[in-house]
Amino acid sequence: MGAVSDTAAKTGFRVWLNKRLPVDEFVDSQLIGYFAPKNLNIWYFFGALALLVFIIQIFSGIFLTMHYKPSELEAFDSVEYIMREVEFGWLIRYMHSTGASFFFIVVYLHMFRAMIYGSYRAPRELLWILGMLLYLALMAEAFLGYVLPWGNMSYWGAQVIVNLFGTIPVIGPGVVEWIRGDYGIADSTLNRFFALHVIALPFAIAFLVLMHLVALRQTGSNNPDGIEIKEKLGANGNPIDGIPFHPYYTVKDTVGVGVFLVFFCGVIFFAPTVGGLFIEKPNFEPANALSTPEHIAPVWYFTAFFAMLRAVPDQQLGALLTLLAIVVLFFLPWLDRSPVKSIRYKGILSKIALTLFVIAFVVLSYLGLQPVNDLYVILARIFTAVYFAFFLLMPWYTRIEQYKPAPERVTYHA
Amino acid sequence: MRKSLIAAALGLKLVFASPAVFPASTSPNAAWMEWKPGNDVGNIASLQRGAANFMGYCSGCHSLKYVRYSRVAGDINIPEEQMEKLLLLPGTKKGDYITAPMSKADGEAWFGKAPPDLSLITRSKGPDHVYQFLKTFYVDPKSVNGTNNLALPNTAMPFVLSALQGVQEAKFRTVERAVDGETLTERQWDSFELSSLGQLSPEEYDAFVRDTVNFLEYVGEPVKAKREALGIWVILFLLVFTGLAYLLKQEFWRDVK
Repeated sequence: MGAVSDTAAKTGFRVWLNKRLPVDEFVDSQLIGYFAPKNLNIWYFFGALALLVFIIQIFSGIFLTMHYKPSELEAFDSVEYIMREVEFGWLIRYMHSTGASFFFIVVYLHMFRAMIYGSYRAPRELLWILGMLLYLALMAEAFLGYVLPWGNMSYWGAQVIVNLFGTIPVIGPGVVEWIRGDYGIADSTLNRFFALHVIALPFAIAFLVLMHLVALRQTGSNNPDGIEIKEKLGANGNPIDGIPFHPYYTVKDTVGVGVFLVFFCGVIFFAPTVGGLFIEKPNFEPANALSTPEHIAPVWYFTAFFAMLRAVPDQQLGALLTLLAIVVLFFLPWLDRSPVKSIRYKGILSKIALTLFVIAFVVLSYLGLQPVNDLYVILARIFTAVYFAFFLLMPWYTRIEQYKPAPERVTYHA
Repeated sequence: MRKSLIAAALGLKLVFASPAVFPASTSPNAAWMEWKPGNDVGNIASLQRGAANFMGYCSGCHSLKYVRYSRVAGDINIPEEQMEKLLLLPGTKKGDYITAPMSKADGEAWFGKAPPDLSLITRSKGPDHVYQFLKTFYVDPKSVNGTNNLALPNTAMPFVLSALQGVQEAKFRTVERAVDGETLTERQWDSFELSSLGQLSPEEYDAFVRDTVNFLEYVGEPVKAKREALGIWVILFLLVFTGLAYLLKQEFWRDVK
């Protein structure tokens, strides 16, 4: 398979263009000339889908900013104005609110893919860390965006989350005031959150996405067998088990995009609030400092961490533990000591540990959505322990278990 | 700024201070909590009746500040001259938002709490809640208004629909319940009884409330019916697109061995 476009077919304009901008060179080296393993399965759709959602968020966001007003007095009304009076404003707004939740759905599945196939292992440690930084930036972006409609849950959610910074020893209270720009969540808070949401974090995310892709191009994609296709090269110098990203994966990802959009549009058109899960009911009441919602909970994608926070009686330790739950993910490449990368060849202990980890994350996410009660606090403690045990015991169980040797070539059935 | 701090502190105090006053205990699984309006925002005739109900009985105190008269008329097929005759409050124009003639200050002075805007009430509380609220007013001599409500205990709203529904009495039973080892005696709601009939029969009153709730659900998201109708075409298109993309993918991938 040639990695070079047919130069004879180039028209005058293409010659002119390519002398000035290396369009063909980019396509040749990054799309046609980029060889991806041929055995990538459905788990490998979610990276491309995350990029798609990012683009959807940028475009729907641009149109929202044309009508949204980032002020304490106007924000809530301007969102209703968008929903009711802007032509197709409801569609733009639902795209954006549904996009936020779907961003986390695809990112969680994308991260899970990396965990089952060991995509974080050498030589892809930096790829994983860049991905984790993206996850952090996405969390910040989602939180800031959630405050903007200035509903009552926006207001009280911001109150709770920003106050977490107050648990930092010594400088905590000062930091909280600095973040808010006022002595309470107020107009100045809304203004700066808007600035960060529409400029600072989108730029940070775009930059990190670029770095994430550059790092991916450097190491090449991992695959469900967790072996390096670059180690088996054919006579033409290309990996025997690799196929050009374009057209094979561009056309395959198109199918993935289609399936994804069916779900995405299904929510937008038929259940945009998902029964209060994607858009919470109290957020249809304007922010009110005098009326706390009956039960404050963040949106579903943060509730696993929220459950951990509430599981600890001491607020300061709770905040620290929640922070550690995210930080520990950064160390994954060095915690896994298995001689093989993919769960296909790892031993039974790794399989059990990963299953328990997924159960813990789902249960914690559920608990974080519920009002606190004694039983739930105990459950939250148990599953928080399971969550951390998955990471902290990993160096041990990945080393002592019986593993199967990984194959020489990727498993692929046409 | 200091003001909002004080406000926040007061707010917390209110939140913690209020629950003690629940009157007739709302037992956890009372039958009325399961009452549902079963409404359909696609039912235009019901929306038209609901709009008339709202303008006749609610709009004196409650506004729909995000909704314009003309939008309502257009969405639920009310011809312009009829709208001007039947919907518009005196002194309003068809492009105006539906605001209530009662000022906020008057509302606070007269009821202790200004009647809330109802544009989003079905979105923040849900249509079920609004339906239950309008169906569970009962005579309570201890209340300032002479009536109380199961769905919203001690509501500031007087029961303005009693001329329609009649006088509804609530029957309570005394129940002993063990809470944390202590036996509490509670008054639990048992049933309703009309001690005198209103202008409407119970069935007609129920239909009246359903139509009104349906209208309020429409008002909460005017585009809902259109959104769902459009969604079917979008999903159909995507299914065709995905099917074709799949065939294309199969065609390309045939040479991957």
